[in-house]
Amino acid sequence: MLRSKDLLGMQELAPDEIVLILDSAATMKRVLESGNKKTAHLQGRSVVTLFYENSTRTRLSFEMASKFMGAASANISSSGSSVQKGESLLDTVRTIDRMATDVLVMRHPQSGAPHGIAPRVRASVVNAGDGMNEHPTQALLDLFTMRDRLGRLEGLEVAIVGDVLHSRVARSDLWALSKLGAHVRLAGPPTMMPRGLEGTGARICRTVDEALEGADVVMGLRVQLERQKSGLFPSIAEYARFFSISADRLARAKPGALVMHPGPCNHGVEMPTLVYDSPQSVIDEQVTNGVAVRMAVLYLLNARRNA
Amino acid sequence: MMRTLIRGGRVVDPGNGRDGRFDVLVVDGAVAQVASAIPAEPGDAVVEAAGRFVVPGLVDPHCHLRDPGFEYREDIATGTAAAAAGGFTSVACMPNTNPVCDNAAVVEYIRSKARRVGVVNVYPIGAISRGLAGAELAEIGLMKEAGAVAVSDDGKPVASPDLMRKALQYAAGFGMPVVSHCEEPTLSAGGAMNEGRVSAVLGLRGIPATAEDAMTSRELLLAEYLGVPVHIAHVSTAGSIAMIRAAKARGVQVTCETCPHYFLLTDEACLGFDTMAKVNPPLRTAEDVAAVLAGIADGTVDMLATDHAPHHADEKDLEFALANSGIDGFETAFALSYDRLVGGGVVPLARFVELMSLAPARLLGIGRGTLSVGAPGDVTVFETGGPRTFRRAEMKSKSKNTPFDGWRMNARVVATVVGGTVAYRADAPAEGTA
Repeated sequence: MLRSKDLLGMQELAPDEIVLILDSAATMKRVLESGNKKTAHLQGRSVVTLFYENSTRTRLSFEMASKFMGAASANISSSGSSVQKGESLLDTVRTIDRMATDVLVMRHPQSGAPHGIAPRVRASVVNAGDGMNEHPTQALLDLFTMRDRLGRLEGLEVAIVGDVLHSRVARSDLWALSKLGAHVRLAGPPTMMPRGLEGTGARICRTVDEALEGADVVMGLRVQLERQKSGLFPSIAEYARFFSISADRLARAKPGALVMHPGPCNHGVEMPTLVYDSPQSVIDEQVTNGVAVRMAVLYLLNARRNA
Repeated sequence: MMRTLIRGGRVVDPGNGRDGRFDVLVVDGAVAQVASAIPAEPGDAVVEAAGRFVVPGLVDPHCHLRDPGFEYREDIATGTAAAAAGGFTSVACMPNTNPVCDNAAVVEYIRSKARRVGVVNVYPIGAISRGLAGAELAEIGLMKEAGAVAVSDDGKPVASPDLMRKALQYAAGFGMPVVSHCEEPTLSAGGAMNEGRVSAVLGLRGIPATAEDAMTSRELLLAEYLGVPVHIAHVSTAGSIAMIRAAKARGVQVTCETCPHYFLLTDEACLGFDTMAKVNPPLRTAEDVAAVLAGIADGTVDMLATDHAPHHADEKDLEFALANSGIDGFETAFALSYDRLVGGGVVPLARFVELMSLAPARLLGIGRGTLSVGAPGDVTVFETGGPRTFRRAEMKSKSKNTPFDGWRMNARVVATVVGGTVAYRADAPAEGTA
């Protein structure tokens, strides 16, 4: 049983709760692969997705997960809603809550936004990404994919490469992997490495080569190309030259090391298409696992609500 | 003739080197006598101070009263009531009002409204630059004539080194202190809290200590080069403390203040995205706190300020990066600082009283902060002992943004006397009629 009514971040989850979600996701993946994807786990329940930022994978996978499990689901975006009329987050969320919503899946550009509203609504709040802070279901699907492919998490060497500073995926993966005994190495342009992460258990590497050396898993992080304008790196070409997960660099990792990416990927920047499509890449599988993990999260939160 | 007798307390008056049991008599607004056993006359207002401390009225060199323009956060009536409850008899308010206090008319407005509705002395601080825009000097001389006591672009630091140079030169000619909020704006842009381990963990954009230190360094270099004074506002970093200490040692005319939250809290208070801990400069690390305390102990820090910065609940109850920065400090600054600095053995009581009265009064040139005969009859009476719990709900300020809700406080203001008039007294009666 999960301890909180909400899923706010990997920082808030205990190791046994993470394992519970991963185990439940394994069951859900079998449902997904069966001929009949429909279950009754969320029958009579409602799930609302509220997204203040664009999303393809996360939003669709939550909606598919809800539908597969029989929930009444609806979605709201910031465009086309009262948000554009200047309604505050709290008022918007209270409105949704009062429509008998059981689970509110929320993405917001501000770190900590779901943490502020979760204690003030009856619905279970699932953080689908808050600013630069956390993206817990991405971390869960990343861990699920690693465990599914490599059979374990403990002792794995995981290299995360790219714009760590702005990445909620990197943070959630770092907290989750550390809790389950894996080791995280981080690399990227020095301007994109947050000050202060040194003391958190991650190994900060000076070069991508150093991070990839002997790694079991190599993960690229999305780089927003607009960031070049704010002086974080000189040019796309220079980024690709020094910070891309090239085939040459990938050869430093363990043979058969997994290649991952949370998507969407800038081909030729974070990694060349050759690597993206290589046999080592599990990027497409991450997407499928994302649905299974989100089914597990919705199922477990609902079980706690019923208890 | 109006007489107020503060009877039987331990008088601590660092300006006169006095520490002992005395009565203080205020006649027609001015201190008339400090002596043992002054006889009460019929009709005297009497403040019983036996077993309590009697000190010169506290002076806050840096606060925000939000009046004119932001009266939904605070106004001169509520702000001065909160100040009095915190033991302050004089406060200097920053010019980031609407309209900005960058001309004699707004200075006049603040002073005249304070005379009508205020319960403590209010001293306007004018803007350095017109509209706080950082482009051209405001009318510093005319504002001084109207009653402004200093100039500052607090909250919107003067980005241009050349404009700051001119402000320091020009204001020195009028004897107007220049108060610099040190924050290099491109280094702090977009930041919501101190940059470091906690900001990395929370995924919040950081404001590096270097943003403060870069501008502190600039002000020290300018003051040294020009041979004029500068006052550094709310110092929060180990780096700035070290630079100010070194500058003082080589004779630079620098004074500085810090605020209670910079030695009582660290950036860990932001964990959980608690916007009550959002303030500018941001709460720093344990190393910075230790350096600020060392600076208070060795005299590098000249005075304490509240930086009382009221904000409406709707401006604080927001996503962390969107929430306003500021702490409502009037009602906690004295008591919490007493506990930490005197209770914690950082400074002796007389020095503490100086930090909160005489030193800021000297900076502002307002002739207060002492109990000399003839000085304005501003007196703060407090007691220590029996800890009580500070409750946000009991605050007199119109806003309630404090990170100290639920903190225990040993020191307690019993009465605040402004020009012989009791502006505040604690619930337990401390006043009688002889």
